[in-house]
Amino acid sequence: MAAFVARRLVLLVPILLGLSVLLFLWVRALPGGPVEALLGERATPEAVARVRGLYGLDRPWYEQYLDWIGGVLGGDLGVSSRTQRPVAEELARTFPATVELALTALVFAVGAGVPLGYLAARRHGTWLDHLTVTGSLFGITVPVFFLGYMLKFAFAEKLGLLPTDGRQDPLIDAEHPTGFYVLDGLLTQNMEAFGDALAHLVLPGIALGTIPLAIVVRITRASVLDVLHEDYVRTAEAKGLAPATIRGRHVLRNALLPVVTVVGLQAGLLLGGAVLTETVFAFPGFGKFVADSITARDYAVLQGFILFTAVVFVLVNLLVDVAYGLIDPRVRAA
Amino acid sequence: MSLAQAEGAAVQEAPGGLGRDAWRRLRRDPVAIAGAALVVAFVAVALLAPWLAPYPPDKPVGQVTPTSIPGPSAEHWFGLDDLGRDEFSRVLWGARWSLVIGVVSLLLGLAGGTLLGLLAGAFGGWVDGAVMRLVDMMLSIPGLLFAIGVAAMLGAGLDAVMIAIAAVNVPVFARLLRGQMLAQSRSDYVLAATAVGVPRRWIVLGHVLPNSLTPVIVQGTLTLATAIVEAAGLAFLGLSGNDPSIPEWGRMLADTQRYLASAPLLAVFPGLAIVFAALGFTLLGESLREALDPKYRR
Repeated sequence: MAAFVARRLVLLVPILLGLSVLLFLWVRALPGGPVEALLGERATPEAVARVRGLYGLDRPWYEQYLDWIGGVLGGDLGVSSRTQRPVAEELARTFPATVELALTALVFAVGAGVPLGYLAARRHGTWLDHLTVTGSLFGITVPVFFLGYMLKFAFAEKLGLLPTDGRQDPLIDAEHPTGFYVLDGLLTQNMEAFGDALAHLVLPGIALGTIPLAIVVRITRASVLDVLHEDYVRTAEAKGLAPATIRGRHVLRNALLPVVTVVGLQAGLLLGGAVLTETVFAFPGFGKFVADSITARDYAVLQGFILFTAVVFVLVNLLVDVAYGLIDPRVRAA
Repeated sequence: MSLAQAEGAAVQEAPGGLGRDAWRRLRRDPVAIAGAALVVAFVAVALLAPWLAPYPPDKPVGQVTPTSIPGPSAEHWFGLDDLGRDEFSRVLWGARWSLVIGVVSLLLGLAGGTLLGLLAGAFGGWVDGAVMRLVDMMLSIPGLLFAIGVAAMLGAGLDAVMIAIAAVNVPVFARLLRGQMLAQSRSDYVLAATAVGVPRRWIVLGHVLPNSLTPVIVQGTLTLATAIVEAAGLAFLGLSGNDPSIPEWGRMLADTQRYLASAPLLAVFPGLAIVFAALGFTLLGESLREALDPKYRR
């Protein structure tokens, strides 16, 4: 197992290095530089030259790249031209918000998806099955931001049950030692802040979690249907094992293997979807920051954030493979 | 197997063929019919929008103020939008934009992916290695972020949106086609063709490629659905330019967000249009996948 993980980690290095070069060149190809965005259209050539020198934009691209990548390896992602703060700091500030949101979405997707998919498979061919399948097809095709709007309109604006935007009511006196607001509420034993942070996560979490939910439902259903007809399930039934044992140990454990893979693959979807969801709910996370940085042509932020996303994405995929090995002894042996 | 048995099998196979067999099953599949109906309706609306739409999509036809936007009525089925334009006509014209964006980005992505996949699958060796590492790099950025990046680089506009969505699909098609071609190139008919001296170029282009295309067609249909949704998402983020006269569903949704409280239906119509268009291609793609999968053959 350790050798497998080590080999996979080594394989990631050239991919990420190549990606960093591509990202660096891509950022250089963006129209209208950060200087223009910073100084406006009527800046004098002298001012432009001075700012370019300040950010090192007047040197050859490979020198700038080596400079940048050297800094990246040391944890320095440059300075945001929009907020004038270090990119790493902005990342540390916004990423916990998105992790909280993505986890909420995943809990929703898996918590509702696995039971629904399992039930649909057990009641194969009934109205419950058809309803689940049809619902999951709608879930896959509905645009995240449209769903977000509808949820926001119905539950926040009309019914007033949940907050419309943000992560925390500004009127609540809350401390944030970790940046994960729900966790912070627990740590500081501030139950009001804890509940408020949770309430702010419900609607965006559902909006972001709907596509993963639909995918989890479909995979679970298909997988349980496959397993139900396996020989070992019939053998277990013939042996006279208790139905609950068969369902738990034979059907569900085997059926969940593909679900684990699929859940892991949602990491990319969640990070991408967060850009839209966070924009709808003005949720101050990673995705909202990326969206705002596009209009401001904030090179350093886009570079750093996208590279960071890629690292997270490939590491999560690696973790999924490891988890797969832990659940499925056959993979571990191979 | 005796000769007679083999002949019997051949006779049974002959009138079917995977294509005709798939067609027969598609016609009997209610999911496929529902999907096809939605797709046909969507394409028909897109093509006939100038004749179907009762009003021009880009000119005000009524008086509106930000606080009073007329809802659905007999003259204006979907009401007016924030600039006093007929919402129904705009949704109809929007089908045209979604169809163009979907088809163009699919074709571009397919062309790029086929080129890369063909390179990798046909040459193998270091070409294969280099192409697949590039594909790995592209796939290591989540799709929407990748599309945002490409669209931002090209400068906001509908052409940028199309290229961005195509770029996201290039690695997907490349990997799919390469895998198919690798599997096909180990098959008996390739061995047979090689043995009788068919040139390698003709084996790849005349035998391996056509036989590898089935999953690509399925993926293409499903990609049309995601392309429509992704295009709406990019437009929503302001990446499709700022020409307000273009009735693009995603932008219509984004533009009406300020009037969510006074005219919530303005967001519902383009939103549902996106859902149904994408649903049609998804249903059709899923049933195509099943119909073309030999596993389901009976």
